[in-house]
Amino acid sequence: MVLFIEQLLNGVQLGIFLFLVSAGLTLIFGIMGIINLAHGSLFMVGAFVAATATTASGSFVVGLIAGVAAAGVTGLAMEYFILRHLYHRDHLDQVLATFGIILFANEMVTIIWGRTPLFFNAPDILNGSIELVPGIIYPVYRLFIIAVGIAVAALLYGVITRTRVGMLVRAGATDREMVGALGVNISVLFMALFGFGAMLAGLAGAMAGPLISVEAGMGESQLILSFVVVVIGGMGSLRGAFIGAMLVGIVDTMGRAFIPDLLKLFLPIAEADGLGAGLSSMSIYMLMALVLVIKPSGLFPASSGSH
Amino acid sequence: MSNKRNTILLVLLGAILFTMPLLLDAIGQSFLLGSATRILIYAIAAMSLNLILGYGGMVSFGHAAFFGVGAYVTGILSFHMFEDTTIFGLAGTNSAAIAWLASIAISALMALIIGALSLRTTGVYFIMITLAFAQMIYFLFVSLQRYGGDDGFMMFDGRSRIAGLELGDDISFYFVCLAALAIFAMGFKTLVNSRFGQVLKGCHENEPRMRALGCPTYRYKLVAFVIAGAGAGFAGALQANLTEFVSPDYVHWTRSGDLLIMVILGGIGTVLGPFFGAAAFLMLEEFLPIIFKGLGLPLLQEHWRVVFGPMLILIVLFAKKGLYASLMDWGRRKND
Amino acid sequence: MKRVTKLALAGSLLAGLTASGAVQAEPVKIGMITTLSTGAGYLGEDVRDGFLLAVKEEGGKLGGVEVEIMVEDDGRKPGIGKQLADRFLKQEKAEIITGVIFSNVSPVVAPLTLKAGAFYISPNSAPSTFAGAKCHEDYFAVAWQNDSLHESAGIYATDLGYKNAYILAPNYQAGKDSLAGFKRYFKGDIAGELYTKLGQTDYAAEIAKIRAAKPEMVFHFLPGGMGINFLKQYSQAGLIKEIPLVVSSVSMDSRILKAVGDIALGVRSSSHWTGDMDNAANKKFMAGFVETYGRTPTVFASQGYDTAKLIASALKATGGKVLADKDGFRAALKAANFDSVRGEFKFNTNNHPINQWFGRIVAKGPDGKPMNKTVKMVSNGLADAYASACPLK
Repeated sequence: MVLFIEQLLNGVQLGIFLFLVSAGLTLIFGIMGIINLAHGSLFMVGAFVAATATTASGSFVVGLIAGVAAAGVTGLAMEYFILRHLYHRDHLDQVLATFGIILFANEMVTIIWGRTPLFFNAPDILNGSIELVPGIIYPVYRLFIIAVGIAVAALLYGVITRTRVGMLVRAGATDREMVGALGVNISVLFMALFGFGAMLAGLAGAMAGPLISVEAGMGESQLILSFVVVVIGGMGSLRGAFIGAMLVGIVDTMGRAFIPDLLKLFLPIAEADGLGAGLSSMSIYMLMALVLVIKPSGLFPASSGSH
Repeated sequence: MSNKRNTILLVLLGAILFTMPLLLDAIGQSFLLGSATRILIYAIAAMSLNLILGYGGMVSFGHAAFFGVGAYVTGILSFHMFEDTTIFGLAGTNSAAIAWLASIAISALMALIIGALSLRTTGVYFIMITLAFAQMIYFLFVSLQRYGGDDGFMMFDGRSRIAGLELGDDISFYFVCLAALAIFAMGFKTLVNSRFGQVLKGCHENEPRMRALGCPTYRYKLVAFVIAGAGAGFAGALQANLTEFVSPDYVHWTRSGDLLIMVILGGIGTVLGPFFGAAAFLMLEEFLPIIFKGLGLPLLQEHWRVVFGPMLILIVLFAKKGLYASLMDWGRRKND
Repeated sequence: MKRVTKLALAGSLLAGLTASGAVQAEPVKIGMITTLSTGAGYLGEDVRDGFLLAVKEEGGKLGGVEVEIMVEDDGRKPGIGKQLADRFLKQEKAEIITGVIFSNVSPVVAPLTLKAGAFYISPNSAPSTFAGAKCHEDYFAVAWQNDSLHESAGIYATDLGYKNAYILAPNYQAGKDSLAGFKRYFKGDIAGELYTKLGQTDYAAEIAKIRAAKPEMVFHFLPGGMGINFLKQYSQAGLIKEIPLVVSSVSMDSRILKAVGDIALGVRSSSHWTGDMDNAANKKFMAGFVETYGRTPTVFASQGYDTAKLIASALKATGGKVLADKDGFRAALKAANFDSVRGEFKFNTNNHPINQWFGRIVAKGPDGKPMNKTVKMVSNGLADAYASACPLK
């Protein structure tokens, strides 16, 4: 039972992390209608710059800020030079152009930083574990991610529901042309939004650095996961991204934790291990297929989700 | 005018492809025949994707899945032939007739299942759900321990057998692939010009209107999806034969991206475009490093993707018409 | 019209490029197909640099014979490996193929090479396929047979007195082989065994299971980035001191060490080579590598270097003849008459080495940075499990 609760907590933690990765993606899609495969590359830039800046300055906070800023600047450049020419193109063009950005970004990172994964550990204060309740020992850094994730979610919720920018974002998700008619400078709004989305990706990357290997191509597995998240949640919906991230995090973790053991009740151990691992790696994709079959536009569709 | 030009292009292309082994031999580069064969095979896969992408407007980001299924079916049958074991109670085989047909049939079946579910969605959801299904198949192959898991497996039995032909000979195999491509292209042309093709295009251009006309658009799109899956499966069977090797890498999500690029690069919604796209894409991949080496740019030789990526972006931004249209328009602007 | 000339120019340029290499047929051509891109690119990079260091030491020669080394990246893809092998063998007429890192590329490249009548000398990957009944007289593995890596970790863990172990690996063939190899020589019990997703980034669920199982130690085979992910998270869970890790060398090489830093202190691994080995060849190699490339070599660099040295010894014996004196070259390779950086070196009947294996532990080096320190020899010659099935003598 204790193990079950601990695994559930692990699932929630992974979910919150996935929300951090996907929030920017869904925001950008929701208001700008842009499907950005290079979101994972921004994640990678955040991690690399944060690692470098942390090592250079000795401060994790400086590293985080640098990573977020670098991802933001990269995002702005990406928007200015490439993506703004694609707003009126179909999704296919967006997929291909941003696919090109991935190839470029991975190779560029290899040229700049080389092929050795970068050194990046959490500061001592966040290392180690604490006993939450008797029997459940939990790493402090993962609790830190949960805290940051919830803070970001709350901030986004506040901005979207309470501010003028949030109103524009909501309006834009419903009717992009109307926002233009309101006299808002769309191209500035879009650029700012894209930069903000990129910063969120950079934040996720910088936060992930102490947990995972900082290496070229590290963004891709996150990218695919975050696509699963936003598609389940409904593209363009922040609430959907949050729920989707939780679902994916919990299903993935619980699958890895319990499917092989469950199968062992019915199958020989060797087969159960292999099949269990296979099934658990497919579990989130099955979840996604299931959701889309029942609700073809995700759980919380934003109206411009498929135009 | 356009027709005449098209005919010239076809004759020229046919002549080059038909004499390719001789041409390569003449310039002392006969080892490139393997690369040429690969182009023919990928051209079939790209053409099949173009049916749903260019004519049906369905952006599938998981087309490599069917390519992989085709390769695995032929590979697995050969594997059991060599080991003299059975799969689901059936003996393995190295007969091209049986193995390739099985590849086509099972890919079509997979496409039927995946398509039936995916086509309930549209737009960006369709892109993503096809990607998700391809990922499922990828992880399925990775977990097939008997067939090497992530490493894949060699076809120790060699290439499939066709009575009267020695496919183990690279030149024979090249011509088999060339014939396959020619037949596929002709069938494809007939298909898109048929009533079926017209309806499919109609679905793409204005689906609500087609539906209002009482046309079962879902069924048309699904049939197209299945045909495309079968085509990719056939290409996969040929690819397994070319390399005598099968691995989950064929289904990696970037392979699906590569196929999309081939179609766009060559010319979306044209019969021959994907062939040019496949040729250009695979040649760039193979020769860019060599070209940079020749130009004395060792950094770019190693990191050629840093150039390849932006090239893709530029093509999308500025050359959307594709190579085929450029060839057709070539030199015409002055006269217009 | 202009475009036609441009095309023709490009064409002749290409033809010229490939032809120019073939004019002087003097040097022995060695094709190196290795993995330079992807996350695992550093493995190939080190094999290449180790190999080229040996060539540089002799000023472009190996064993006193002019050599031309052609290096290409297979991108860890069997298909590209095949194209490269085709080009090297048929076009460039390479006499030796080497460099392959991964066990998904070697089953494609090795048979092609052998079919073309050239020599295949692996600096790394050595799957069981070519060690047993399907071994070949012209196929040599310089590093190890894949299973030995993990068998030696099993020996080391037993030697350390652990009574039970939790073991995990990715769910693919090399992963399953690794666990089987570990179990073959580990005399304790298995507290738990689990398979993870290939390329997995989050290991919270697995770590929770390990904590609940309370084993005495953990063995894992999570190469490259996966191992870094696991180690970082394992350390943050506070388990690294409670439940120690015993792994094989490839899961704790110097680049991984550099990426994780102090948290790796105390991790034990088994290896056939370590930077601190006390022999003349190794000292020369270490000094030369650091001087030339400005970084610490990994075990992969040592394998690349040994591969070059082995080829050099054979070239010297035949006076530069490879395919012109196949029997002589083969016999000279098998004799392995060279000073290996790992000290002793000898081939088993199946052309895979019988290595000495050493236990290591990560500890602070003289510069205060963590490094692998050799503790003791755990096996004085480990033959692989497949040699008896190989008909070669």
